[in-house]
Amino acid sequence: MSAKRSLLTGAHFLNGDFACAEGAIAAGCRFFAGYPITPATEIAEHLSERMPEFGGIYIQMEDEIASMAAIIGASYAGLKSMTATSGPGFSLMQENIGLAVMTETPCVVVDIMRGGPSTGQPTLPGQQDVMQAKWGSHGDYEIIALAPCSVQEMFSLTVEAFNLSEIYRVPVLLLGDEIVAHMYEKVVIPPPDKLRIVNRKKPHVPSKDYQPFMPEEDFVPPMATFGEGYRFHATGLTHDEHGYPKTQSSEVQTRLVRRLCDKIRKNVDKIVKVEEILTEDADVIVVSYGIVARSALSAVRKARAVGIKAGFLRPITLWPFPEKHVAKAAAQAKAIVVPEMNCGQLVREVERAAKNTPVAFLSKLGEDPHTPAEIFEAIRRGI
Amino acid sequence: MVQEIVAHPLSKYLREEMMPHIWCAGCGNGIVLNCFVHALDELKADLDKLVVVSGIGCIGRTAGYTNTASFHTTHGRSIAFATGVKLANPELDVVIVSGDGDLFAIGGNHFIHAARRNIGIKVICANNFNYGMTGGQLGPTTPLEALTTTSPYGNSEHPFNLVHLAAAAGASYVARWTTLHVRRLTQSIKRLMQKEGFCFIEVVSPCPEIFGRRNKMRSGLEMMGWFRKASVVENFSDPAKADITPDRIVVGEFVDIEKMSYEKLFHEKIAQINEKTMEKMS
Repeated sequence: MSAKRSLLTGAHFLNGDFACAEGAIAAGCRFFAGYPITPATEIAEHLSERMPEFGGIYIQMEDEIASMAAIIGASYAGLKSMTATSGPGFSLMQENIGLAVMTETPCVVVDIMRGGPSTGQPTLPGQQDVMQAKWGSHGDYEIIALAPCSVQEMFSLTVEAFNLSEIYRVPVLLLGDEIVAHMYEKVVIPPPDKLRIVNRKKPHVPSKDYQPFMPEEDFVPPMATFGEGYRFHATGLTHDEHGYPKTQSSEVQTRLVRRLCDKIRKNVDKIVKVEEILTEDADVIVVSYGIVARSALSAVRKARAVGIKAGFLRPITLWPFPEKHVAKAAAQAKAIVVPEMNCGQLVREVERAAKNTPVAFLSKLGEDPHTPAEIFEAIRRGI
Repeated sequence: MVQEIVAHPLSKYLREEMMPHIWCAGCGNGIVLNCFVHALDELKADLDKLVVVSGIGCIGRTAGYTNTASFHTTHGRSIAFATGVKLANPELDVVIVSGDGDLFAIGGNHFIHAARRNIGIKVICANNFNYGMTGGQLGPTTPLEALTTTSPYGNSEHPFNLVHLAAAAGASYVARWTTLHVRRLTQSIKRLMQKEGFCFIEVVSPCPEIFGRRNKMRSGLEMMGWFRKASVVENFSDPAKADITPDRIVVGEFVDIEKMSYEKLFHEKIAQINEKTMEKMS
C-alpha cells in the first residue's frame, strides 16, 4: 500500500470543498463525474488528483446532465459515485436525479449553493436551492438532503451522505454553500477503522429468483451489480418488482411510488439529525442551518448572557424535514426565529411544524450571512 | 403426428416474458433486434458481461427485450449513463440500441463527446427519420421536404448525415446499413462488438405507420422497396458524401481504425500513478 493511497488521518487546515472530496474518498467513493462550476470546482480538481491514487475514476463530462447520468451508470456497475455542482448545474441534473430516485440508485450529489436565480452571483453564498432539493425533479418522491455548517461537516456529512444513499438506495444531496465550501478551518480526519462505512445490500438469491425491485422489510430492495451474472432490467418507466415496465397499471404505479416515498417517510427517525442547544427551557428558538447557523448560535449565546431564554435548533437533515423536533421545541416556546439566505424557503416547513407558535423570518441575500447582532435583535423582538 | 414444440434457438437472448413487443407491423426495429441477437449468437457472447442500454423511443424498448443486464435511461442520456458503466467496469460490453431523435437531437452532445473520447461504447442507431413513439414529429434526420406532424408544409431543416458526424467526431468504427441488409448488418454488428473504442452503426429503418404513410410509402414493404432501389454499397467511401436521398442511400463501412480507447488510456494512467508511488515507497 502506498503512502498516498491512504486517508489523510489527522488534523488539517482545509477548505470545505477539499474536505468534501476527502470525505468522499473516505466513504469509499471511487467514481466522480462532474463539470466545472463555481463554487464547487475545487471538489472536482481535488478528486481528479486523488481518485486515481485509489484506483478510482474521475471524468469531466460534457455537462451536468451527463455527469448525473454517468454516476447512475457507475453505481449500477458497482462503484460508489458522486457529482458536485452549484445552482445552474443542479437545475440541469434534476431530470436524472428523478431517474436515480426511480431506479433506486445510491449516489451523492453535492450542491454548493450560490446566489440565484439563473447565473446569479457565482462567487457569493446562498441558501436558495433548499426547495429545489426537495421538489426539483418532476413527480412525487422523497429524498435526503444534508446541510453542513462547517468544514469538518463537509467531511463528515459527505461520509454520512454515502452511508444513507447506500442504505436507502436513494440519491443523497449535500447542500453546502459558498462559505462552507471556500473557508479554511481545522478538520480532523479519523483513522479508517473509526469511520462508519455502510455498503448497499446485495441479493442473497440466484439470478433466476432475483427481483431487482422487491423490497425487504425496510422498504429497500437488495441491489445487484452489472456483470455479476444478474440479468436484470431497470427503467425510468413505472415498473413492477421484476423491473419490467407497467405503464398502464394504477396498482403498480401506486405500489411503487408509495414505496419510494415510504422508504424515507417510514424511516424518518433513523435518518433525521438535528443539533439542539439550550432548547429545553427556551422562550425563543432560532431554527437555522448551514453557514447561517454559526451566527445563530453566537446570537443565542449572547441572548443567554443578557438573561433571554434563547435556544438553538439546527436541522442537519433538511430533507426529510425534522418535523417532530421542531414541533416539540415550538410547543413550549413563545416565538421562533428563522434566518435564511433566501426569500423564505425552509421557514415554510418550520411554520407548518410550529403550528400556533409565531415564526419570524429573517431574510438576507448577497455577500454576507446574517450577523450575530442581526439575529440577536430578532430574538429580542421575539420575547 | 404431434409436433414437438421446441424453444426458438435464439430465445435465450430474449426476455420472452416481455413479449409481445410494442412495435407496429412493418417496423424495422424487430430486424435490428434480430440482427443484434444473431450477432451475439455467432460471437458466442458472454451474456453475463453484456449490458444493453437504451434511451427513450420505440427502439428504446430493446433494452427490456434482451436477456442481459439492461437499463432504460431518460431521453437522450443513454450514452452518458453508459459512460459511467464502461469506466466503472471496463470488462463489461456496453451496447446502446436507440433511435435517431434520442441519440442525435436531445442526446447529440453526448454522442459527439463519447466519440471524441473514443470510449468503448457500441452504439446501434435505428434511424426511422422521425419521432415514432410520440406520433411522427420531425427530427434531426428528417429529410428536407418530408411531411411529419410538425412539418405539415414539408420539412425546412437540413438533416444530419449521421455517419459523417460520427466519423468527424472521432469514432473508431462507423457503418451504415438498412434493415434490408440483414446479413451485412449482422456481420457489421459483430465487428462493432469486437473493436476497441467508440463504434457506431446507423441502421436506416422503416416506419411505415408513422412516417411512411405521410410520405407516399404506406407499407413496410414499400419502404423496403425504397431501400432496395436506392441503396448502393460504397465501403470506405467518404462519409461526407454518404447521402440519404429518395434516389440514393449510400451504405457500407466508412471508418475502421485502430485508436486507444479512453478507458484503456485512463486505466493505464492509474497503473502508472500507482507504480510511481510504489517506487517512492521502496
